[in-house]
Amino acid sequence: MKAIEVLDGGMLTTVQDLGRFGFQRYGVPTSGAMDLFSLRAANRLVGNPDDAAGLEMTLVGPRLTFRVPATIALTGADLGARLGDRPVPRWESVIVEPGTVLWFSGPRDGVRAYLAVAGAIDVPVVLGSRSTYTRSKLGGLDGRPLRAGDILYVCGDRPVLPGEALHLPAAHRPVYGHAHVLRVVLGPQDDWFTAKGIETFLSSTYTVAPQSDRMGYRLTGPVIGHLRGPDIVSDGTPFGAVQVAGDGAPIVLLADRGTAGGYTKIATVIGPDIPRLAQAVPGDTVGFERVTLDAAYRAGREQEALLAAIAPARWGSDLARLRKVAAAVAAVASLRQQSDPPIERN
Amino acid sequence: MSQAPRYLVAGDAGLVVEFGDAIDPAINRRVRELFLAIERASLEGVRDLVPTYRSLLVSYDPLRTTFDALRERLSDLEAHVVDTPLPPPRVVEIPTAYGGEFGPDLPFVAGHNHLTEDEVLAIHAGTDYLVYMMGFSPGFTYLGGMSERITTPRLKTPRTAIPAGSVGIAQQQTGIYPVESPGGWQLIGRTPVSLFDPSRNPPVIVEAGDYIRFAPVTRDEYSAIQDGIRRGTWVLPVRSMTT
Repeated sequence: MKAIEVLDGGMLTTVQDLGRFGFQRYGVPTSGAMDLFSLRAANRLVGNPDDAAGLEMTLVGPRLTFRVPATIALTGADLGARLGDRPVPRWESVIVEPGTVLWFSGPRDGVRAYLAVAGAIDVPVVLGSRSTYTRSKLGGLDGRPLRAGDILYVCGDRPVLPGEALHLPAAHRPVYGHAHVLRVVLGPQDDWFTAKGIETFLSSTYTVAPQSDRMGYRLTGPVIGHLRGPDIVSDGTPFGAVQVAGDGAPIVLLADRGTAGGYTKIATVIGPDIPRLAQAVPGDTVGFERVTLDAAYRAGREQEALLAAIAPARWGSDLARLRKVAAAVAAVASLRQQSDPPIERN
Repeated sequence: MSQAPRYLVAGDAGLVVEFGDAIDPAINRRVRELFLAIERASLEGVRDLVPTYRSLLVSYDPLRTTFDALRERLSDLEAHVVDTPLPPPRVVEIPTAYGGEFGPDLPFVAGHNHLTEDEVLAIHAGTDYLVYMMGFSPGFTYLGGMSERITTPRLKTPRTAIPAGSVGIAQQQTGIYPVESPGGWQLIGRTPVSLFDPSRNPPVIVEAGDYIRFAPVTRDEYSAIQDGIRRGTWVLPVRSMTT
C-alpha cells in the first residue's frame, strides 16, 4: 500500500531492521539499526514485531507526507519532529491523518531517530533482511538513502490502526546528552596490550571524531599501548568491538563494519550500551567502564525489561480524541504545505 | 593430537574460537570443521558464524544462551569433529582473460619479476588457490598459495574504480574484485563470472574451504562466456579435488 511520499530525504535516512544475519561468512556486513533499542521500541509502540523495517533518520530529519491514515512512533534522538505545526511526542504511538506532513525542525538530543509505521515499511527482502547497506547498494530502497520523490509502501493493503495508544513510561526514556559512559568487557585481544595500555583505555576520556559513521566511531585521546604490535591475522569483528590500530586510537566498530579485520580489539562495548554510542555526536566525550560478562548479561535483561514496560498510554483507548487532534493537525499541515516551499537538497 | 583451541570473550554476544594466529591450511581446516559441525548441530541461541583464516566468531543471543554454556557445547563438538570428515574440497574454475585492457598491469608484474607476460600467466593459472575466508566486503575471497615468483607491490596511487571481476595481485596475495570498487591491486586479468550477486542464494559461487583455479581464456571465449551467463546457458566448471 502506497503510504508515504518523500519530499526531502534529510541528511541520511535509510530503511533498517535488526540486521542481516547468516551472510557475514560471505563478507556481507550485518547493517541494521545502529540503535536497536530505539528501533525495537518504535516497532512495539505500533504493534509491529521487533524485526519490522523502519526508518533510521540522522541529525537532519526527512520531510514526509502520509498518503493514508497511519499509526506511527518516533523514538531515539529528538530531532524536533513536527506533524504540521504540532510537535510530535516521542516514545508513544501517534495517529497520522492522510495529507499530514512529518518534518523535523533540527536536532536537540542525540543523532539517530527511528520511525516505525504500523504494518512496517515494505521494501524487498535482500539476503534475509530489509536493512540498507549503502556501500554495496544492498537492501533498503535500491540500496541507498531516501531522497525527494521516493514513495514508501507499508506492508498489506489497508492501514493498520491500533486498538489502543501505547507509550514507553517517561522514566524509561533515554536522555543522551554529550558525555557517555560505555560498559565494556575486555577481549578478544586484550592480551595484545600492555597493562598500562588497558589502564589508559579504561581511565581516559575520549572524544568522538568527525569521521564517525555507521561503520564505526573514531575516538581521539590518550594513546593505547600495544604489547606485541597492532596487527593480527584477520579475525571476526563483533558489533561494538573496540579496535586499536597502530596509532593507538580506539575505533568502535558498528552496524556497517567489515565482517573481519586485521587489527587488535581490546574490548567490546556491551549490547545494551551500543545505542548510547549510536546517539553520540562528534565532540561528545566517551569513557569506558569494565564490567564482567555476568554484569553485561544483567544489563541486557534490564534493557529487555524496559522494552517490556511499553504499555497503554494514560488516555487508554480514547482513539476518538486522538483522531480529532490528528484531523486538526492534518488541516493545518495541508495549509502549511501550500504556503511552505519544500527544502531544497544540495 | 592437535592443540585445544582458545575460547575468547568477544562482548556479551560473541565468542571467538581461536585455533592459532597464523595463515596455515591446517589451522584453517580446523576452523572449517567446527564451522560445519555447528551448522549441522544448529545450537540454541547461535545467530551467526564468521569463519576466518584461523578463528571462528560465534555470535549469540545472550537472552538464549551464555558464553559458558556455549563454550561447553562447542568444545564437545570440537572434540568430535574428526568423526565427520570434511567432504573433498571443490575446485572452482574461474575463466580469466589475461592482459590487454583487462589486465593493464600485467607488463609491470612481468617486468618487476623479470618474467615474460606468458610466464606470469602460466604461474598464476598453474595453481589451485585455497579460499581461506571471505570478507571484509561482500564476496571478497582471501586466497592462499600464490607463487612468490610473481609477488608485486600495490600501486602507489590506487585506482578510483576497478571493474567487477578484475583479477589482481598485491604483495603475496591474489584475488578477484567481486564488485566495482576503488583499489590498489595490480590488475592482470578479468573474469566475466559474477562472484557476488545478492539476488542469488547463496550470493557467492565459492566459499571458504573451496579452491579457485584461474583458467586462461581468449577475448573471444570471454565474450562467449559472458553471453552464456546472460542467457543462463553457461555452467561454472566445478570439480572435486582428488587427493
